[in-house]
Amino acid sequence: MSVDAASRRVEFLLGARDTIPMVIGATPFAILFGALATSAGLSLAATVGMSLFVFAGSAQFVAASLLVQGTGIAVIILTTFIVNLRHALYSAALGPHVRGLPQRWLMPLGFLLTDETFAVVIKRYRETPGVAFGHWYFLGSACAMYFNWQVFTLVGIFAGHQMQGLADWGLEFAMVVTFIGIVVPLITDKPMVICAVVAIVVALAARDLPHNLGLILASLLGIASGYLAENAQSVVAHD
Amino acid sequence: MTEVLLIVGMMVVTFGVRYPVLALLGRIEIPQRLQRALRFVPVAVLSALAAPLSVIADGQWFVSFHNPAFAGSVAAVVVAVVSRHLLLTMATGMLVFVLVKLFY
Repeated sequence: MSVDAASRRVEFLLGARDTIPMVIGATPFAILFGALATSAGLSLAATVGMSLFVFAGSAQFVAASLLVQGTGIAVIILTTFIVNLRHALYSAALGPHVRGLPQRWLMPLGFLLTDETFAVVIKRYRETPGVAFGHWYFLGSACAMYFNWQVFTLVGIFAGHQMQGLADWGLEFAMVVTFIGIVVPLITDKPMVICAVVAIVVALAARDLPHNLGLILASLLGIASGYLAENAQSVVAHD
Repeated sequence: MTEVLLIVGMMVVTFGVRYPVLALLGRIEIPQRLQRALRFVPVAVLSALAAPLSVIADGQWFVSFHNPAFAGSVAAVVVAVVSRHLLLTMATGMLVFVLVKLFY
């Protein structure tokens, strides 16, 4: 084995190893997704397929919750897009570090990019500038997340089948508490409070719009009002 | 068929956000304004998703501690504000939900 091949392997394994805590954190969500998606009426093949081909934890989670509510696919896809917009920021931050790699690298790395892998990989690039084979580290981290997500989606599907009527027992509510647990710590300033309040009020007021379009409307108005509130704040601060 | 459409659609919009920016950089830069707006995405979407599931049951308002989802949500919000701990928040919310469901 050449020196290069050895260092590639080392970087790949290092990436996978550094991602282990994130992998553990994602596991319950993979199980929950598998169980919920099947009880939401998604076929076994589609549940597995979504994990294999979409591979976006929170978006899959949101999609399952929308399916439970009988939402149409156009709105689910649009919501997926909005939920995933943050990935553009990750790609923008990682872009300069993967510049010059061939497409056969960029496409899989783009496909496999998640919140968790971003957090681990950007740290590696920042702490070790100019690291050789950083893309192997990236790939190692991404593969660890991907493999784990597939395995525990399957576990969730089987758990869901073992416990029929799990939906009645609050599987759907598990999503609500998950969302609360994610959102509350993010609300750290006034614009965020305004964003959440507007989104909630609009979501409730517009809940009877067809196709769950109220969700899209509430999301967009929430984002807009948070953004405007922040602008107003900085104008006041500069005066 | 609908399922295939759903998965392909989700795949396209997911890959379509992740890949192009990764491949085009550093040739393009995300405008500062857009970056600031994106910060609000998770809070807006997830709040809008969760709220109706907490206070509406079978199409009707049900703001009462007899509503398992409402009681569990209130408990989860309190624990989240105090602890900022995801798993603790989820566990408490689920526990309250199940207790209310069993005993009311």
